[in-house]
Amino acid sequence: MDKQLRIALAGNPNSGKTTLFNKLTGSNQFVGNWPGVTVEKKEGRLIVDKEVILTDLPGIYSLSPYTLEEVVARNYLIEEKPDAILNIVDATNLERNLYLTTQLTELGIPVVIALNMMDLVKKAGDIVNVKELSRQLGCKIVEISALKGDGVNDAAKAAIEAAKNGRTIPQHSFSGPVEHALAHIEEVTVHNLPEERQRWYAIKLFERDEKVVESLKLSDDVKAHIERDIQAAEKELDDDAESIITNERYIYIGNMLKGIYKKKGKGQLSASDKIDRIVTNRILALPIFVLVMWLVYALSMGTSISDGGISIGTFLTDWTNDVLGGAWLTDGSRAILEGWNVAPWLVGLISDGILAGVGAVLGFVPQMLVLFLMLCLLEDCGYMARIAFIMDRIFRRFGLSGKSFIPMLVGTGCGVPGVMATRTIENERDRRMTIMTTTFIPCGAKMPIIGLIAGALFGGSTWVATSAYFIGVAAIVLSGIMLKKTRAFAGDPAPFVMELPAYHLPAWGNVLRGTWERGWSFIKRAGTVIVVSSIVIWFLTSFGSVNGRFGMVDDLYEDDSVVTEEYVAVVADRMGIPEDEVEPMDDSLLARIAQPVSVVFKPLGFGDWKPTAATVTGLVAKEEVVANFGIMYAYDDNDGEEELEENGDQIWDRVAEDFNAFSGGHGKLAAFAFMIFNLLCAPCFAAIGAIKREMNSAKWTWFAIGYQCGFAWVTAFIVWQLGRVFAGGMNVVGLVIALVMLAALLWQLFKPYKEAQKLTVK
Amino acid sequence: MRTLRDAKVGETVKVVKLHGEGAVKRRIMDMGITKGVEVFVRKLAPLGDPVEVNVRNYELSLRKADAEMIEVE
Repeated sequence: MDKQLRIALAGNPNSGKTTLFNKLTGSNQFVGNWPGVTVEKKEGRLIVDKEVILTDLPGIYSLSPYTLEEVVARNYLIEEKPDAILNIVDATNLERNLYLTTQLTELGIPVVIALNMMDLVKKAGDIVNVKELSRQLGCKIVEISALKGDGVNDAAKAAIEAAKNGRTIPQHSFSGPVEHALAHIEEVTVHNLPEERQRWYAIKLFERDEKVVESLKLSDDVKAHIERDIQAAEKELDDDAESIITNERYIYIGNMLKGIYKKKGKGQLSASDKIDRIVTNRILALPIFVLVMWLVYALSMGTSISDGGISIGTFLTDWTNDVLGGAWLTDGSRAILEGWNVAPWLVGLISDGILAGVGAVLGFVPQMLVLFLMLCLLEDCGYMARIAFIMDRIFRRFGLSGKSFIPMLVGTGCGVPGVMATRTIENERDRRMTIMTTTFIPCGAKMPIIGLIAGALFGGSTWVATSAYFIGVAAIVLSGIMLKKTRAFAGDPAPFVMELPAYHLPAWGNVLRGTWERGWSFIKRAGTVIVVSSIVIWFLTSFGSVNGRFGMVDDLYEDDSVVTEEYVAVVADRMGIPEDEVEPMDDSLLARIAQPVSVVFKPLGFGDWKPTAATVTGLVAKEEVVANFGIMYAYDDNDGEEELEENGDQIWDRVAEDFNAFSGGHGKLAAFAFMIFNLLCAPCFAAIGAIKREMNSAKWTWFAIGYQCGFAWVTAFIVWQLGRVFAGGMNVVGLVIALVMLAALLWQLFKPYKEAQKLTVK
Repeated sequence: MRTLRDAKVGETVKVVKLHGEGAVKRRIMDMGITKGVEVFVRKLAPLGDPVEVNVRNYELSLRKADAEMIEVE
């Protein structure tokens, strides 16, 4: 039996690679990540031959050692040795596309070229002599239109044929001095490697490519020897080795195309150029940008169409939450299970724990699908690159990308799609930084917390909400500046030399597929995280040990033989509350855990078990914070008429009284510190799930969560300690520590910073 | 020394040499800005940076700080 053939699909970004991949593999795709990095990896089985696996390499311009995508691609080509490379080349941009081709043909792997967009070239009246091009490059060329599907199967068949018995020998040669040096290098270093790969290694050694030098483990003697060869060529050609090679490739391509490519209409403005003259015009660019962003937001997470807005996403999400999640999943399942006489604790677990958690995940899905649809549209039509172009100046100061704007805008609605929207950022460092900082922006679910604090302690003052947004933005800016200087981020260079692709009508197949892929990956990953954590939190709040007996606290409290008057006095004493306010929840595992954990928050001014427990349950969903305040401050809804308001205004007095009591009269300050901590600390489990999905690394996920919690703690600490200097009740030790922390932050902010030149990924 | 940064919008300049080293330089060259190539300065971003140029028949944006590494005639 034949061994399974593997073909790699390689090409420049924006060359139609994704479209071609989708056309060639249809629905036989598996999406994942390249090991250890956040770059997406796609594989699929060819429609024309199910036995052949097609691997979609990241879109790249070169095989340099400096960008993550290029390193991922060349590692795959060198180490996994696919049987053939299908190189998609954009015929409207031959020079730059063939630059990659000249490098691919050196790898000793058969190359077949799929020449895309020839229809556009012909339409413009330009002429490409394909036959001659094929002869000069030494590989078969198949003309295709990835968009229309013309010729794609022929290209696949040609690649299979080449994989079985093809060979590509690089036809281009470099100038005399370079070839001389290359011959020497081949002789002394790589003569024991397979013949067809020697040239690639020799060229990389000539370029002083550190990753290749490292992988070959050459002796110092050999290194010195080839260094002499390189220097001789450099001296003769008066340039550095890397530049010589790059230069000569482009010169070679330029000369080759002279007889092959004839351009007819020179200097004419294309439709794309005309669009761009308006869209990135110096005066109109920003208003158009604001309008586009407003539309993205308003359609996906803005005011629902049922409330006079235009958001179809919010409309469907509301429906899912209220009807599907609330009524059918939770209440419906409860009714059915109770009808079957299932044990009450099991009903609670299934209905309130698992299904309520699933409902919470499902609720996000419509908003996210609408949002992802629009992001895919922006990306596919070419506007996303212009966003980076327009916003780069502002964001690069904070170690972020111009494209970081979108995740943050989306984050004001919900952090989950905000984090997922980071996928449009190419540079891994910028992407990780954006993932880490996006959830600092107050999302919709944090608004009730702000409302509660503002209402309970600040007389409903609007500056509390304003300050929350200000703190969120400041946290992003400060974190960006501080983090980019840390070792975790300092490693990798981030050149902003970016192609602005021609605008074109979106390819709906790509857009819909991209939308669904992102949506589904959320449902899977965030789904599992949130379901498991919902069960855990449900268990912690429902179960506990009451007077020596373990069980569901609600049940045990109905038993007067267990909850004796003496026992109530003990609980009241432990929790520091009056006896008539003792609730079943005071005996829950959550309360037992929160009581000692609250020590962590003592230096922040809210070291009491109630705000602690609320903060912990906030991990499930930030709405839970206010809901739990309702339970803990014994909001009485026994008459069943009135539910707790979203911002909990019925319990404002009791909250204010309690905050003032445990903070020694500094209730406002303590509440403000509480708010800051809850705004900045780890987001809800759904967002943590999204972070984990996008980071594709447990280490980076924990780093992100740890940083967020640490930053939140330090900020709240400084506010509480410094605040008391002005409010009275200053604590000298605390103040000193706060000042030291402040100084450390300032030092990290202002210490000099130099952009790295080397990529740390191996 | 005149660099791409000094070139006016609407001007076409010829690249003489690339200065600097490492990742950014290689990236600029990989994108087709090499010795002898003609670069048309299309426009500045609305906030004044980066700059958009046309080189080898496609549109490229790069920061002014990086454009400074490109010596032109």
